[in-house]
Amino acid sequence: MAKVKSLADLKKMKEQLQSSISLREKSEHPEGMVQVKVAMATCGIASGAKDVMEFFTGNLEKRNVEAIVTQTGCMGYCYAEPTVEVKLPGQDPVVYGFVDVKKADEIIEKYIKQGELVDGIIPVNYETIDNK
Amino acid sequence: MHLLVCGGTGCHASASNQLLENLKKEVADKDLSGEVQVISTGCFGFCEKGPIVKIIPDNTFYTEVKPEDAPDIVAEHVIKGRQVKRLLYKDPVRKEVISDSRDMGFYKKQLRIALRNCGFINPENIDEYIAADGYEALGNVLADMTPEEATKVVMDSGLRGRGGGGFPTGLKWDIARKVEADQKYVVCNADEGDPGAFMDRSILEGDPHSVIEAMAINGYCIGADKGLVYIRAEYPLAIDRLKTALGQAREYGLLGEDILGTGFNFDIEIRYGAGAFVCGEETALIHSMEGHRGEPTFKPPFPAQSGYLGKPTNVNNVETFANIPVIYNKGAEWYASIGTEKSKGTKVFALAGKINNVGLIEVPMGTTLREVIFEIGGGIKNGKKFKAVQTGGPSGGCLTEKHLDTPIDFDNLLASGSMMGSGGMIVMDEDDCMVSVARFYLDFTVEESCGKCTPCRVGNKRLYELLDLISKGNGTHAELDKLRNLSEVIKDTSLCGLGQTSPNPVLSTMDNFWDEYLSHVDDQRCPAGQCKELIRYEVVEENCVGCTACARNCPVNCISGERKEVHFIEQSLCIKCGACFEKCKFNAISVS
Repeated sequence: MAKVKSLADLKKMKEQLQSSISLREKSEHPEGMVQVKVAMATCGIASGAKDVMEFFTGNLEKRNVEAIVTQTGCMGYCYAEPTVEVKLPGQDPVVYGFVDVKKADEIIEKYIKQGELVDGIIPVNYETIDNK
Repeated sequence: MHLLVCGGTGCHASASNQLLENLKKEVADKDLSGEVQVISTGCFGFCEKGPIVKIIPDNTFYTEVKPEDAPDIVAEHVIKGRQVKRLLYKDPVRKEVISDSRDMGFYKKQLRIALRNCGFINPENIDEYIAADGYEALGNVLADMTPEEATKVVMDSGLRGRGGGGFPTGLKWDIARKVEADQKYVVCNADEGDPGAFMDRSILEGDPHSVIEAMAINGYCIGADKGLVYIRAEYPLAIDRLKTALGQAREYGLLGEDILGTGFNFDIEIRYGAGAFVCGEETALIHSMEGHRGEPTFKPPFPAQSGYLGKPTNVNNVETFANIPVIYNKGAEWYASIGTEKSKGTKVFALAGKINNVGLIEVPMGTTLREVIFEIGGGIKNGKKFKAVQTGGPSGGCLTEKHLDTPIDFDNLLASGSMMGSGGMIVMDEDDCMVSVARFYLDFTVEESCGKCTPCRVGNKRLYELLDLISKGNGTHAELDKLRNLSEVIKDTSLCGLGQTSPNPVLSTMDNFWDEYLSHVDDQRCPAGQCKELIRYEVVEENCVGCTACARNCPVNCISGERKEVHFIEQSLCIKCGACFEKCKFNAISVS
């Protein structure tokens, strides 16, 4: 990767990255891509997030679901780890708590494939700096 | 349409599972299963008004819903599209009914600034950080501001050090900026040592680039080209992610020489600590980084005058740094508009102990303890009664019921006999003995005292012994007096923050739970049933059915009795582990 040489460079890069991230959702596939984020901080890993992550990366492809699986940090819901955020194209992200392999399977089959919410959603209870 | 029913512990206790069943049945009866789903969720955090039902997509928020309300919700809301007014949330201050959860004050209680990216971006991918405004603050500062102007932004924001002391960050930067020297250093204090605090670890694990960016800005402000992160080796994942992030930032030229073509050089190295609590103190931290013993030295000289290798050094905590990029992006005025008069912005707290929603929360300064514990934290586990909350770790104190409505900020917490500390909050319920709690913290301080000054090295050990004596029922009023006097002496005469604050857990528990100390001394009784020497486990004969569960689980085989006959505990052998008490399903073991 080339170096970022100036502030203008950085801003250009940011625009590209922002659009590439939103492109990732919309472009080539009209139905869009599913994004799965597994919280992989110490609390998550200690509660088994690694197995869940492996399950998602391994199984989504096998089951013909086009999805991007990434890791992320601690969302603060340490009591409910492992937590997984799933964003279906065009919808608000949904966070599931206490996700084990069995739950992950349910999330793929029911939520990702059919859009039906499954038990164990963690409601969002905070504000972000963007709306403040 | 989705009906979300809260399945958290608090709502469960108020029959939310029955409500869930009723709603499911109601939906099935009306042949709506195809269109309407009833889902049980995790805790909404609004346990005070539970059980909660939220309807999606219109975000209607029903509170205190009873199982018998299910037919109304389905018949009115689901079928006819009319909200069930009597179940809507009523704002206690404005007295108006609020139907959309997004308008509720509760959802504005948490505001994430330091944790803004934690859980949202991939910490191992710099591109995601850049897409989320990352490194823009650094770019703007380098392009458009002089170091003096850039420092002034932090001063104007009113940000105070999040490591515990609450010293104004901008002022600290300004002092370091004004000192003339050929070499200066920026140090990030990631030696998080309070039991129960883990916000710094989570920030480094979830958003390492924000700390790197802030350190570079700090370097530009004070004229340093070298940064050091002092992190404890017990945080392997945080170290790993930080290393990855440093590598990526160097690759992009956001660290190194001639950053963004402005001629500014800055790079960061990692230094490992062995996890000593005293190394959170900045002078001890600097000595440890230099390869000496981690012992504090007298201030002045302050690190800003003579710090790492004798050069001017600015030391800030991880959470403090994580706030910096936002302050530049959103403006000092925006930041100063959040919080209380003297404490600006937000604070991250690590909720732990007997609380339902253990985890990290971030609230604006001025939020009350009640809001944090009962609304965001979801209240006390197993429906028990709240007793105290320990803030500030081993340097802080216990706050009680009467402090619950105090707005949390640096000054209020100090005034109530505790302190902000790094933001650990350990919640205790009626089963916790306050003498044992004080003893636990003293045990920690005795272990962690560096031994350099006598009041801390010897005094804390004596405090621990006095507490131990009292908890065993051997204390007298003379010991209680000694405890208080000695605490005052240690506070007044210790060299560094560790000793100056270590008696706080003793003093605050004595102030707030004097009765409990008295019953240990006068009646040789532990009201919470925690102090092993003062309690007895006995079989309640009327309740014992002779199931043998206690006898089978007793690790020292001191329980005898035949099947279906009343059992007996041999007191001389009992080690008071409580295994029999936990295993008994018939309330046939009593603690006294």
